[in-house]
Amino acid sequence: MLKTTPFHERTAPLILGNAWRRWSGYSVASTYDWLHDREYAAIRNSAGLLDISPLQKYLVSGPDAARLLDRMVTRNVAKTKVGQVLYTPWCDAHGKTIDDGTISRLDDTTFRLTAAEPSLRWLHLNAFGLKVEIRDISEELGALALQGPLSRAILNAVCEQPVDSLKYFRWMDNRIAGADLQVSRTGYTGDLGYELWVPAGKALPVWDVLIRKGADYGITPAGIWALDVARIEAGLVMADVDYHSAHHALIEDQKSSPFELSLDWTVNLDKEVFNGRQALKAEQARGIAWRFVGLEVDWDSFERLYTAVHLSPSLPTVAWRASVPIYRDGRQIGYASSGCWSPVLKKYLVLGHLRAPHYAPDTPVELEITVEHQRKRANAWVRKLPFFDPPRKKS
Amino acid sequence: MTQHWDAIIVGGGHNGLVCAAYLARAGRKVLVLERRHVLGGAAVSEQIFPGFTFSVFSYVVSLLRPEIIRDLDLARHGLHILPLESTVTPLANGDYLAGWGDPDLTRREIYRHSPRDAEASKEYGRLMYFMAKAVKPILGMIPPDPTSLAPGDLRGMLRLGQHLRSLGTEQFNALYKLMTMSSADYLDEWFECEPLKATKSASGIIGTFMGPRSPGSAYVLLHHYMGEIDGAFRAWGFCKGGNGTVSKSIASAAQALGATLRTEAPVKQVLVKNGRATGVVLESGEECLADTVVSGLDARRTYLDLVESRELPTELLDQVRRFRFRGSSGKVNLALSELPDFSCMPGIGPQHRGAFSISPSVDYLERAYDDAKYGSFSRKPYMDIVFPSMIDPNMAPPGKHVASIFVQYCPYHLEGGWTDAKREAFGDAVINTLSEYAPNLKRAILHRQVLTPADIERTIGLSEGNIFQGELALQQLFFLRPAARWASYETPIHGYYQCGSSSHPGGGVMGAAGRLAARRILGVQ
Repeated sequence: MLKTTPFHERTAPLILGNAWRRWSGYSVASTYDWLHDREYAAIRNSAGLLDISPLQKYLVSGPDAARLLDRMVTRNVAKTKVGQVLYTPWCDAHGKTIDDGTISRLDDTTFRLTAAEPSLRWLHLNAFGLKVEIRDISEELGALALQGPLSRAILNAVCEQPVDSLKYFRWMDNRIAGADLQVSRTGYTGDLGYELWVPAGKALPVWDVLIRKGADYGITPAGIWALDVARIEAGLVMADVDYHSAHHALIEDQKSSPFELSLDWTVNLDKEVFNGRQALKAEQARGIAWRFVGLEVDWDSFERLYTAVHLSPSLPTVAWRASVPIYRDGRQIGYASSGCWSPVLKKYLVLGHLRAPHYAPDTPVELEITVEHQRKRANAWVRKLPFFDPPRKKS
Repeated sequence: MTQHWDAIIVGGGHNGLVCAAYLARAGRKVLVLERRHVLGGAAVSEQIFPGFTFSVFSYVVSLLRPEIIRDLDLARHGLHILPLESTVTPLANGDYLAGWGDPDLTRREIYRHSPRDAEASKEYGRLMYFMAKAVKPILGMIPPDPTSLAPGDLRGMLRLGQHLRSLGTEQFNALYKLMTMSSADYLDEWFECEPLKATKSASGIIGTFMGPRSPGSAYVLLHHYMGEIDGAFRAWGFCKGGNGTVSKSIASAAQALGATLRTEAPVKQVLVKNGRATGVVLESGEECLADTVVSGLDARRTYLDLVESRELPTELLDQVRRFRFRGSSGKVNLALSELPDFSCMPGIGPQHRGAFSISPSVDYLERAYDDAKYGSFSRKPYMDIVFPSMIDPNMAPPGKHVASIFVQYCPYHLEGGWTDAKREAFGDAVINTLSEYAPNLKRAILHRQVLTPADIERTIGLSEGNIFQGELALQQLFFLRPAARWASYETPIHGYYQCGSSSHPGGGVMGAAGRLAARRILGVQ
């Protein structure tokens, strides 16, 4: 049997169309409604409530906790303040990305790491000789993402402490329905949003209060399909979709450095030695061969492909995850890895990887589109990420 | 009036049949001569007890070369491989360790025993994927003689060198380790969970007179891993109708291509005139003439029994005499009124569609080996148990079942020799050990067939009952299989070839040796 999350008792009856999906060995909702439109709209209009409990979570504590994490990840952990959250990738010795996640500094010597993939072995391998305790808390901690413009109002209505002063990428202790939990100003939607870290035993009362009091603000349970559209609009990379973990890749070409994922801002080459530092330094000096970019499909050329066969343009209803060739001047220069129609921007958006020198913003390229079983190409432009970046995200 | 054949294959085992099919496909007039009433050698399905079909000897398919399945269109000839996906290892404390077909479930299951091993297992699998990929081209290659300067051998060595260079440092080093280490030591580098190491290391001892701590056993581990890579082709599993269907499908393909197959036609000797094979004489006295004679029998029979020793160099005969067989495995086949109910995982469920492995710890396996080392069968043996009737209901009457139990160690060279009483004592040791894990077993047994290496040798002719036609030890592989200079399917007798698993790449229901021998005979590189 697949595992179920601590919120399963509440979420399961809401899934109307049996649209379950697997995430790290758990069953979660792809969509609760028949279609994800309303759930996506809530994320951009009111607030979507997402069960993200299948994330891997680790508690790293002890005098050397910061040293361990600094050895592992590309950002500077030692400089982090208590109450701060870092988004960071981590690499193997060759500077290729293994995974990405967040690090919350809970106190001077305690951190919580979230990861997409099980990372206990990697943590232990890096912790050799260090005074540090590593605990897998994935199952004892449920997690909810409350994302959308009204998420702050909802939390203010349910939390004992107001969250008004909680800044972007910070966390605070709080209480909901008598349960001690943590609220972080983080998310995977590029919107104003929060994530709640809830002890598994208290999951249900917390869910219930959120749903009850959030009703006035249009709180809407949302599944992965809705999240997927939002994260593409936000230009956020997804492990095992947009890139292969260096630990899973079968050949060198399948691996990507943080530079190649356009995560330059997370790579701190000035801090003391960390996994992949030398390789990343060399790569930076050499020049970056690939970049993770956004593409915007040119509507007119897209539409023409359909009118040519007497059809109106057909847009993906669910975000796709597939490898699709990208061309320039008749030569393949890269590939797309995710794409969707953006209801909020009214654009067909694509995330992908382009070779140097084709990745500069506004470069015209062509994206392969299959129309009536025939391979065609639509015009597209390289665009700066994120596609969607409202002021409220960081307000 | 004797008919003249292009080629006669001695022995209708799966390799002989594959060789026959490939030769017939090339337009040769081929005759296969099988001693028994049934084709297939060690890959046969037989109704030993009315209504119950046993895969009497070999019982799963993991290594059958996908190119053979394609070339001979075996699916059209009845080959249907069904998935066999889980392995459950019952433990002494009443718990179990399970490996399921699903990676998430398997990871979580290992996590119960060791959180770190759960992740290591995935990385280990990735490395072994590379290792299997690294040896795969070698399996499909006629071994070159590294000491020869002949153009064909030099070409082969060059190809081999290029291939090894292409592996890269990490993979080359891992391959080197697999070639030299014991499976227990190799697995110690990866895992801490005892039953996990034991169950994985069990693949390193199958068919071999070595313990998990014997150097060289890691290669056997790899040899068995190669089947799993073909998971992509779905060639890992249980053959519908039992392993006899593998042979039947190849036989059917060979016949469709024009080969003649005769059973109950035991060959007494290969006829040699002026250093050239001219045909065979059957035990009945009948002579069959051919330009080419191919032996699918093991090296000992091919060189020492089928031809007069004066036809062969003394040094070669000496090498063949020293080729190690030392059968180490037995088989117990059961007709059952009900399925064994394992107390570690009570009830009948998906676990019965996979294998049960009695391998609670590396020490357990090594102790089982210790017994055999000093001339007895293991009192507490390693066992690999499957219930073919759970996968193919036709194997037993409705509601009834068959069990196939592969047992190690059961040495050919038992102190004092094998007798009927000792065979039954061995059978008892197996049933008693298994009953500790599945208490209802004894009352469920309707019929029991116990096969020791001596029985295997007597029934299907494998010397010393070795299931691989000779141990898969490093000194008996590739250009040394079965003997230096004669690893390329030829023998010193002109027109006399070998195609059994005594030759490269060795045993398992692979068919690779039969195919490569045919290519050598046809002059295809």
